[in-house]
Amino acid sequence: MRVTNGSDVKNGVVISTDKLVRKFHVGRSELVALKEVSLEFRRGEFAGLVGPSGSGKTTLLNIIGTLDTPTSGSATVLGEQVEKLSPVQAASLRSHQIGFIFQTFNLLPVYTAYENVEFPLLLLGLSSAERRKKVTDALEWVGLADRANSKPTQLSGGESQRVAIARAVVKRPELVLADEPTANLDADNSHKILQTMVGLNRDLGTTFIFATHDEKVIRYLRRKITLVDGRVASDVLQEGQTGRDMTQLSSIGIVSQAGTERSTSSS
Amino acid sequence: MTLFRLAIRNLRGAGIRTWLNAIALSFAFVAIIFGQGMLQGMNRQVEDASTAFEYGGGQYWQENYDPFNPLTLDDAHASLPPVLESLTRAGKAAPELIIAGTIYPQGRIRPVLVKGIDAGQRVLALPTGALGDTTEALPVLIGNRTAASTGLAVGDQLTVEWRDADGAFDARDGRVVEVMNTSLASVDNSQIWVPLDTLQRLAGMPGQATIVTLAKALRKAPAVQGWKLRTPAYLLSDLRQVIQSKTIGQTIMFTILFLLAMLAIFDTQVLSIFRRRREIGMLIALGMTRAQVIVMFTLEGALHSVLAAILGLVYGSPLFYYLHHNGFAIPGGESWGFALGNKMYPAFTAGLILGTTLLVFVVTTFVAWLPTRRIAKLRPTDALAGRGA
Repeated sequence: MRVTNGSDVKNGVVISTDKLVRKFHVGRSELVALKEVSLEFRRGEFAGLVGPSGSGKTTLLNIIGTLDTPTSGSATVLGEQVEKLSPVQAASLRSHQIGFIFQTFNLLPVYTAYENVEFPLLLLGLSSAERRKKVTDALEWVGLADRANSKPTQLSGGESQRVAIARAVVKRPELVLADEPTANLDADNSHKILQTMVGLNRDLGTTFIFATHDEKVIRYLRRKITLVDGRVASDVLQEGQTGRDMTQLSSIGIVSQAGTERSTSSS
Repeated sequence: MTLFRLAIRNLRGAGIRTWLNAIALSFAFVAIIFGQGMLQGMNRQVEDASTAFEYGGGQYWQENYDPFNPLTLDDAHASLPPVLESLTRAGKAAPELIIAGTIYPQGRIRPVLVKGIDAGQRVLALPTGALGDTTEALPVLIGNRTAASTGLAVGDQLTVEWRDADGAFDARDGRVVEVMNTSLASVDNSQIWVPLDTLQRLAGMPGQATIVTLAKALRKAPAVQGWKLRTPAYLLSDLRQVIQSKTIGQTIMFTILFLLAMLAIFDTQVLSIFRRRREIGMLIALGMTRAQVIVMFTLEGALHSVLAAILGLVYGSPLFYYLHHNGFAIPGGESWGFALGNKMYPAFTAGLILGTTLLVFVVTTFVAWLPTRRIAKLRPTDALAGRGA
């Protein structure tokens, strides 16, 4: 049975975490990757989790993506309480509503670019005609319609990541989670990728959340959440942020005023 | 259905690795069918020959008769009871009188069984027609083995000695009227065949027989006092045991071959899961459950057996067809101990082919599934990072 919090979704809050803790056992010792992290993200955000390696960015992203569960605390994603989802329910949520982009692209190596982008639609059981249209559209969004039949080994890093983006957005998910999406790319390709994502965020209204420590990415973010040692050290709206988003963030108390840093949401 | 299509797509994408596995498995597949076909063919060939030349549709044995004890022959003869006599008259049974005797080919002494059989019988495929040669006082039919071991040939004369019903030694000169070419040693080795009525007369056992062979198995074989019914199953049981012992040896060999092929599949799966950890993580991230990933990987493995069956069919069918119809020479086939002859005709039945296909499919699927259990323990986050498994 799904545990939902429909009212939050209606209010535009697609993700909320409450005192989220994630601990890992490393040998005999215990590593606390997240320490009581409380955050909210609204629909259409272009936000990033920023911080050094080991700060908990990827762990938080994995929990939001229902690939992991918290040790304690609660995470509600698109109205579903992550820690209470069964594996099948979590898979269903990912398959319908969440797209992933990874540092290493993670394209399925034996598939062509077209087949990679088509894959999520196959899982959704869409008809062949529907799939063809959506895949073609997605490849056009990322400017790779002409490379549809190329295998991942025939694509450059930038092209591979664009295929990964197309795969993440082809099903029009509510949420795209990108973990260090530009780490393996040069500056030029990084900007192209980010511009593509900004465009998709603008045109499709998809919520993008990044985990990154890449300055190039950080410059594009409208909201920057800095994690240090598993805690939220700062949560700011950046310059160039649109008024609409700032109003939304202000309205739920994440920021008091545009461009000002608020105190950490974890205690 | 989606998982099946994905599995096919993955196999196709794996290219040469898929084909190498399928080819290796197809060798095992074809070898198993070939070996089992040989055994089935051997079984059928031996049973057919034994039935046609010796056992017919079963036999009635005079109650004292024990084929493994020649000393019983002195008392193992009796007059035909009415029921067996009427079957004989109707051409549905062939009586044989068997007595111990001696022949003296080229001056050497050879103990033999002297078997009397009606020259006109049609129950057994023995060429007994030659025994109807009335120009000879004692026409003799021998098999090719006896001919080879005694140096006798058609037209040769030989002295035959026996003890009659009263225990008195008697002898006659006979002439070899035919040397039959038979693959069945049990109607040939150290045996001579003479006309039944002549033997009955010479041995002082008129109207008597030792065994009566039936043309066809009787649905309700009557109990005959003083005679024991031996069904085809009973008569063939020794042969079947010999074949069974050879089957066990062959099965061990095929099992080893099969295990090697399965090891290749298992290995491929283990390696595949290890190498594709990130992919597994990604599949889960894209919305597949672990169970679906397991099914997909298992299907990929299992589909190797389908490909192997298709490949095996392509190059195995012409081979099987040729061997089934033309057989192949087996030098030393005589030494196998049963009626194999010089050529063996494997029997590739639909049951054998379908059964083997099913067996290979089921075992391959199981072997392909075994390593996938690791996926169930794999955390998606570890898999995405290329860890675990």
